[in-house]
Amino acid sequence: MVKLIIDGISVEAAEGTTILNAARSVGINIPTLCYFDKINDIGACRVCVCEIKGSDKLAAACNTVVSEGIEVYTNSPRVRAARKINVELILSTHNCDCVACVRSGNCALQTIANDLNIRTVHYENKPARNDWDETLPLQRDASKCISCMRCVNVCDRLQGLSVWEVNGSGSRAKVTVRDGLGISEAGCAFCGQCITHCPTGALTARDDTDIVFDAIEDADTVTIMQIAPAVRSAWADSLGIDAAIATEKRMVAAAKALGVDYVFDTDFAADLTIMEEASELIERLTKGSGAMPMFTSCCPGWVRFMRYNYPELAENLSSAKSPQQMFGAIAKTYFAEKMGIDPARICCISVMPCSSKKYECDVPEINATAKDVDVVITTRELARMLKANHVNVATLEETEFDSPLGTGSGAGVIFGATGGVMEAALRTAYNMLTGTNPDADAFKVVRGKSGIREAEVSVNGTTLRAAVVSGLANARELLDSIKSGKASYDFVEVMACPGGCAGGGGQPITDGVELASERSKKLYVLDSKSTLRFSHENPEIKALYESYLEKPLSHKAHELLHTDHKNWTL
Amino acid sequence: MSRLEVTSTAKAERTARTLYDSLSRRISASPVGNCPVELTSAFLKLCLAQSCGKCVPCRVGLDRLSALVDGLLDGKGSRKTLDVIESTARAIADSSDCAIGFEAAKLVLDGMAAFRDDYISHLEKGRCTANFASVPCTVECPAHVDIPAYIALTGEGRYADAIRVIRKDNPFPAVCGLVCEHPCEHHCRRSTVDSAVNIRGLKRYAIDNAGVVPAPECAPATGKTVAVIGGGPAGLTAAYYLALMGHKVTVYEQRTRLGGMLRYGIPLYRLPDEYLDADIDVILSLGIEVKLGVKIGRDITLDELRRDYDSVYISIGAHADKKLRIDGEDADGVISAVELLGGIGDRQIPDFTGKNVVIVGGGNVAMDVTRTSMRLGAKSVKCLYRRRIEDMTALPEEIEGAIAEGCEIIPLMAPSYVAVENGKVKGLVVKPQVIGSYNRGRPMPYNANRPEITVDCDIIIVAIGQAIESKHFAESGAPLAWDQIDATKSGAVPGLDGVFSGGDCVSGPSTVIKAIEAGKVAAANIDEYLGFHTEIKLDVEVPVATYKFKPACGRVNNSEREADERKHDFALMEKPMTEEEAMQECSRCLRCDHYGCATLKGGRVNKW
Repeated sequence: MVKLIIDGISVEAAEGTTILNAARSVGINIPTLCYFDKINDIGACRVCVCEIKGSDKLAAACNTVVSEGIEVYTNSPRVRAARKINVELILSTHNCDCVACVRSGNCALQTIANDLNIRTVHYENKPARNDWDETLPLQRDASKCISCMRCVNVCDRLQGLSVWEVNGSGSRAKVTVRDGLGISEAGCAFCGQCITHCPTGALTARDDTDIVFDAIEDADTVTIMQIAPAVRSAWADSLGIDAAIATEKRMVAAAKALGVDYVFDTDFAADLTIMEEASELIERLTKGSGAMPMFTSCCPGWVRFMRYNYPELAENLSSAKSPQQMFGAIAKTYFAEKMGIDPARICCISVMPCSSKKYECDVPEINATAKDVDVVITTRELARMLKANHVNVATLEETEFDSPLGTGSGAGVIFGATGGVMEAALRTAYNMLTGTNPDADAFKVVRGKSGIREAEVSVNGTTLRAAVVSGLANARELLDSIKSGKASYDFVEVMACPGGCAGGGGQPITDGVELASERSKKLYVLDSKSTLRFSHENPEIKALYESYLEKPLSHKAHELLHTDHKNWTL
Repeated sequence: MSRLEVTSTAKAERTARTLYDSLSRRISASPVGNCPVELTSAFLKLCLAQSCGKCVPCRVGLDRLSALVDGLLDGKGSRKTLDVIESTARAIADSSDCAIGFEAAKLVLDGMAAFRDDYISHLEKGRCTANFASVPCTVECPAHVDIPAYIALTGEGRYADAIRVIRKDNPFPAVCGLVCEHPCEHHCRRSTVDSAVNIRGLKRYAIDNAGVVPAPECAPATGKTVAVIGGGPAGLTAAYYLALMGHKVTVYEQRTRLGGMLRYGIPLYRLPDEYLDADIDVILSLGIEVKLGVKIGRDITLDELRRDYDSVYISIGAHADKKLRIDGEDADGVISAVELLGGIGDRQIPDFTGKNVVIVGGGNVAMDVTRTSMRLGAKSVKCLYRRRIEDMTALPEEIEGAIAEGCEIIPLMAPSYVAVENGKVKGLVVKPQVIGSYNRGRPMPYNANRPEITVDCDIIIVAIGQAIESKHFAESGAPLAWDQIDATKSGAVPGLDGVFSGGDCVSGPSTVIKAIEAGKVAAANIDEYLGFHTEIKLDVEVPVATYKFKPACGRVNNSEREADERKHDFALMEKPMTEEEAMQECSRCLRCDHYGCATLKGGRVNKW
């Protein structure tokens, strides 16, 4: 242990602890800006600088480790002056058009500038020029970039893609897409992790709320909204309401308050995905009908990653479409027929914790109908629509999802957490192989926080080797060990975002915090409280097969619910 | 008012001078991989600040030129702008009244010729082609040794770990601790504060205190075999890493001992056998087979080696001498530097007692034979060079050392012919030279309008470069460029599948660390060629950079034994740092592996 003094308080910290964390351990919050725990500790913004007694210059608290006996001042006049000027300098490079910024009120730069009581910037405002294709799911406004480099390190360390880089030197050093490529050529997964780690409004997902508003207002259009499992864990984060009020059923009520005609649950489609995917897994296992190991395919970020980096393994992806796309296909066929609605009049809206889903719905090869899913909005956009419409969420009565695409099992809910697809599939595969249900929590061994988890589960005397991965850098590590023969599995679940969809790139942003784990807990609670824990027991799924699809992997099911990921336009 | 006044430097002027000094140190420590166009823009502004403002091209032209370059950096302009920049610079260069203007413009013109691609990239893509390198010393070291890591470890007394860190990239820590030309120090960021860290001296300190540090474990045997031709630094480096990667290596060496130029080219007073042998012992401990006294092309052919081994590495160095091509050169008493130093390597030590020795040449080898001649008992030692002393390519400390030992350096003399009597050398007739205009960055000498001079002597040692005995390899199909083997940057020899080459025989005579780089590059590419990708890695925990007050502090230089004493023997000339000196020197390291852009771009490469 190292002893030091911070702002007059004696502190003991383990060797190697940063001054920042040592200070936090005694309740002293040193302000930071570019810093992000475990991802970005490069000391670039110099906002966290501190004075060490006897020193000639200030030190960055985020990446200076404690030394024995030092006296640190986190708020001396020298520190305050440097900190304030550094923030002013950053502001001089930033497009300070805050009123019209999507991150206004949730911007780390705005917060620090306000906290430091900056009322005048003494320097000319010279933001970078913006130059970006506005049709892409991932949007970047260079004029708001403060070169904190979080995106560079998130993409590099967390996602192993290195889409972003720093180019040029001196005042012209700037964050760009790697090697001078356009974002569409750089192998970007559109996972959106750079968005959720961006402290400002420089990186955002394309805003599609106007399309949804227009559809709702159009009297001829039937609007159907599906809401993904992970959305319910975070939908009200920015609405300023109590967690106890932000229930799943109140989310349904809020969506209805926007004026959509039907609000359905993607959990229903997740159950449908499980029926198809578990059947496919069993076929591959027992009949050798496809490449092994089989990979889940419900995450478009992961599919893009694989297509760019391991195209030779793309045939290992399950051919099952993602729940979002299965939902769209069923809504525009089964549901439309059942309700007697012309599918051309339906606008299928999905609310997703994801930015890559905006890409997925536009993949030309994915549609079983003219367009299975018409528009995707993120969890953040849903919240923005609620605010724009002045929906007073707290006063809404809890409401059930609509039927017949509104019932989801607990197995469907946990799709939103890493390991959830695996666990849900195992529950149903077990039933398909043995004719009986396992204990609903029999496969909880695949739950967890670590980026790569392995489990062996025994079904009917056969051992199934499973792996669960989240975060694309981890996916790369796992694929490399599969390719080199170091590891061997039967079934692998991959989610592009660390922690799964709960930590998705479309989820609400709380600067500096990773919330996937906390949000996943909510989903597991919903699962455990559900009376329906198995996808194959979902009555609406049963009815769908009985009256329409016949059985999993049937001709009709293939037509509507499967895709060849190898042919997707990237 | 007095009619005249004695000048006294005003305080502002004195401060300006200090700023200039600081700036020139800073420029010398310029980071690697800066944007060259940005640098041009900055230099232009500096030049403009030096302009008196009298003449149009300088006063207005440099300013407009700077604005054009800045605009281009900001993505304004077209290809036409490049033409305008170039024609403006040419006009300024042509018509400025004084050097402040025309040299500034020349800087732009030279830059445009050298980095035109970067100008165009800025213009058309808004991107810089340069890549800012994070740790200057590590980048500048051809073998990319993790220098901040081993300095930090040395500073904590973890000498064995420091050696392990060095060996990850360079299996000759003891040799390099004494004789490396230390390009790592050229851009040391410490120079912006005071002067570069004495990196080589610290490496020697670590070596002297580490004891025997065994080599790491080899990877499992691959069953592949590699023949290395030449047991010098390039060959032994390749052998070391290939053995670590699990391949079976056999080194063929034509002489009686391993080491190549380290043994047969560098005098013992700079590199004693025990240092060289310490490194070689560790290298051979990996189970490398050595065949001494075997010459390829005489005892066995390259084709036979290609047949018998999965891959062959040619690292034969540059061991033949170059001739002066003057009359009398074949006389008794004319020898080459290679011959003299090579003989001493084999312990054939001549006696120069009472002889007058003349050396021809101006490089480090010339200094080596000059100082060796003194140690062999020569009555007088004179080194003749056709340019000025400051133009000599030998390290300044070598020249100073030779002079201190009583050798004479006679510049501006070009050999004309050897005066011979009874078949023996009587003297060297030389033409006095005048230093003249520049050619390829160096001033060229020309014959002075003065008569020839005879320098009386008994022995003439020619040290004007080395040649490569590459004939056999050319006959076996290796392409040559002059006498050098024309291998690619990866070391592969075009046309000969599985054959790689590197070191002096590819680059021409160069430094030990360049040879080590070649061996390292070859090892990696031979491993890939053999179908493997075995990484060389290291698990030594490097001390984290902690905050330390680092005011300007003088650099500790290694001292040498007194000239009067050392000039009589071949014992190691350089003295080690004391502990207090070494610890202070370690503390001068600015830890660029942590501070600056290293945290962003990665300060440490743990494997290759």
